[in-house]
Amino acid sequence: MRRRGLSRRDVLKGSTAIAASVFASPIAAAAPEPSSITPALIEAARKEGKIVWYTSVDLPVAEKIARAFEVKFSGVAARVERSGAERVFQRIGQEYGSRIHAVDVVNSSDAAHFIVWKRDGWLAPFVPEDVARHYPPEHKDPDGTFATWRAWLSVIGYNTKLVKPEEAPKSFADLLDPKWVGKIVKAHPSYSGTILTATYQMARDLGWDYFEKLAKQRVMQVQSSADPPKKLALGERAIMADGNEYNLFLLKESGQPVEIVYPTEGTPLIVGPNGVFRDAPNPNAARLFQSWMFTNEAQQLMVEIGGLRSFHALVKEKPGRKPLREIKLMKDDPVAVERESEAIKARYTQYFRV
Amino acid sequence: MSVASPARTARPARIDFSQPVLIAFAAVLCVLIALPLSWLVYFGFTDRTGAFTLENFGRLLADPAFVEPLLITLVIAISVGVICCLVAAPMGWLVARTDMPFRRTVRMLVMASFVTPPFLGAVAWELLAAPNSGLLNQAYRALTGASPDRHLFDIYSLPGLIFVIACYTMPYVFVLVSNALDRIPGDLEDASAILGGRTADTARRVTIPLVLPAVLAGALVAFLQAMTLFGSPAILAIPAGFHTMTTKIWSLFHYPPKPELAAAASLPLLLLTVVLLRAEHAILGRRGYSVVGGRQSDPRLVRLGALKWLALAFCFVLLLNPIFLPYGALLNAAFSRVASQVLSPGNFTLHNIEFVFFELSATKLALKNTFLLGVSAATIGTVFALVIGYVTARKAVTHWRALEFLATAPVAIPGIVLGVGLFLSYSRAPFILYGTLWILLIAFVTISLPAAYQQLQSAFRSVHSELEDASRILGATRLRALAGITAPLLRTGVIATWCFIFVGVIRELSAAIMLFTSETKVVSVLIFDLNESGDLAAISVLGIMMLVITFAVVILANRIPGFSGGVRLRDA
Repeated sequence: MRRRGLSRRDVLKGSTAIAASVFASPIAAAAPEPSSITPALIEAARKEGKIVWYTSVDLPVAEKIARAFEVKFSGVAARVERSGAERVFQRIGQEYGSRIHAVDVVNSSDAAHFIVWKRDGWLAPFVPEDVARHYPPEHKDPDGTFATWRAWLSVIGYNTKLVKPEEAPKSFADLLDPKWVGKIVKAHPSYSGTILTATYQMARDLGWDYFEKLAKQRVMQVQSSADPPKKLALGERAIMADGNEYNLFLLKESGQPVEIVYPTEGTPLIVGPNGVFRDAPNPNAARLFQSWMFTNEAQQLMVEIGGLRSFHALVKEKPGRKPLREIKLMKDDPVAVERESEAIKARYTQYFRV
Repeated sequence: MSVASPARTARPARIDFSQPVLIAFAAVLCVLIALPLSWLVYFGFTDRTGAFTLENFGRLLADPAFVEPLLITLVIAISVGVICCLVAAPMGWLVARTDMPFRRTVRMLVMASFVTPPFLGAVAWELLAAPNSGLLNQAYRALTGASPDRHLFDIYSLPGLIFVIACYTMPYVFVLVSNALDRIPGDLEDASAILGGRTADTARRVTIPLVLPAVLAGALVAFLQAMTLFGSPAILAIPAGFHTMTTKIWSLFHYPPKPELAAAASLPLLLLTVVLLRAEHAILGRRGYSVVGGRQSDPRLVRLGALKWLALAFCFVLLLNPIFLPYGALLNAAFSRVASQVLSPGNFTLHNIEFVFFELSATKLALKNTFLLGVSAATIGTVFALVIGYVTARKAVTHWRALEFLATAPVAIPGIVLGVGLFLSYSRAPFILYGTLWILLIAFVTISLPAAYQQLQSAFRSVHSELEDASRILGATRLRALAGITAPLLRTGVIATWCFIFVGVIRELSAAIMLFTSETKVVSVLIFDLNESGDLAAISVLGIMMLVITFAVVILANRIPGFSGGVRLRDA
């Protein structure tokens, strides 16, 4: 009950719960039959003409994916509504609280959000063919309301013009060295789902006193986990304490002076599921979009141009990037994040003051 | 929009629609202002079950995380008020009362800084004065050979924030002071000179006392602007690790939203604003207006001699800060591969332009919304201000003072507070406007009404009522007389007001950030979102485009056929 907000949301939940019990008496229903992309679906999607995708993936990546979809299915415009995952979550809650159903498909970097949306009955059960055939069971909802669209890590990074490789931090503990005072940039768990998820894993594995000490390093506090890599590339700060691995891949591959460090304590793993909303204003386009997003083609594209990681069995990792299996990972735990989200944000604000 | 202009309602019949129309306007105003404020008070004083409580305030006062932002906000507001007066008042005097060259250009440039949204200025100053990547700090290190971790400026700091806010608040003080100086007749100064007073004596004993009310009013406006600004603190204070009241109120809407605390935190801002406005009234009273009006001679220009070039240099050095440097940084970032590198053939790119116009799917919608809202808010706001300004200037109905109060009351409501109030009012039955452009339109009209009203009311006062009286004696209704006689005489003021509101809508972020949905996003919110993920180059492109559109609209509005007369925004 910790994540309950406005009372009107509770009222809304009550009413959807009643509706759910009326219309779906076998509540324990398993996932629906997998759906493929049929000409009829494409035609129906074209009639709707657009799809609105709420996501927290870095904007240039999101827009490239959306443009690729538009090229593939001409006549269906894909609009990206990009914000930090925690703000996307708040926005959808606020919009649904006022009966505004603007979102078709959602992608969040805080997997815990899907627990809440599913519990509230806001997600439509829909299983794309590729998800059924090529995804490991731990990366799809048993009831078919979402599946992991992307995965990535929250890593340490440094600017190679400002820091020599041998002097670079190797671990989270190294970031507490006094020599990094005033040189660290870091994103915020009240805005970014990536950082909320990473903060949970790090507080669990390293203890909160790590953050208490880190806060004394005079870190530059930004919002999105996509921002620290950009601040590194600008040369604004030498070190990033957390942020997206995929932005660093992209910046590095375009010749920017940035380097990734996978900390010795383990690297937080972030999964970003995709789901279709039950009250999507463009239900067919939403299903077409969702189906295409999980195809080998779209997943490979996401890896190539987005620097993200895929759990699609046929997708190949890009040469030159460290394969996921070689990295020591911290374990993700959306259920615990869902339970502790509010406490994490409060404690973080207490240490970092914003 | 659907609000009929009074001229059209009156024409067909000879019935005098004045009273019903005026009552309707008063009713609309009441709803516009009273509804959000009552919800705010209600939420501030109740718990989630709706029972009366003071606990929200107790929680705020007991928590240092709320008290500190309040103190920081006061420090910012006072500093900005003082800095603006020290800088803008002398500039206003130089432009209005001396023979300094390029006075018109200086006026125009100050107006350009007024048109620049403060949040855009804040982003530009990030590009210029971020401690490590800022262009100015890079230049400093290159020139002095200082080590890479030395810096001259740190924009992510309290002084940095105060500086940036002052840059874009200064025009308010400048306009008030230079307009007051324009209006103060030269007679008194001439008298002083004839009686043997030297220039310095005249300035000290005549000009300064006359202009002091305007300076004080300017300080107050600057204080209020700085206190209620959202964009610049959100962009600069959070990286620096502190909150102001506005960013704190905004953060209370983060998940899980705490509207009752946001409402409670809004009320001190509201109260402080009301107290300050009352204080200004008490201090200044009627003093400011006693010399204005009647027959007057043109003011004498003080001859500065050789000093005039020094004065000009002073103005241009000051204008580096809100105009030349930030615009330069934005242009640089728009075309540069890396925003923190100076443009060269090696890193020139059109990619950012391409991204904003062809890849960013929110651009078109945000531009359309902004333009639509700007034009409709400006039109509706001007009509409102015209009608109310007329009624109060001519004392046309018995309770005109109430109308005047309603029209000026929004001055006391900071944008973010109004945003919270409007969200609470219009996201529930019976008025569900949240999610539509209407709620933003209401916000923008409400926010811009006081200034628009002040401006048109003083314009009405300058038009003598005898022409209207003649028309009414000949049988025209009041509205007919207004439309046929007074309105044409007021067109300069009307256009200036329209432009003022339009520019205000473009600049507005604090209410919009509370009220937008994905379908009703405006450019200011889009820029704010882009800033959160660090897409500075895209912001630069969007920002420059927004400035170009704003300037084009202002220039076009001033060139409408039949509306000649060289309207300058300074009249705003």
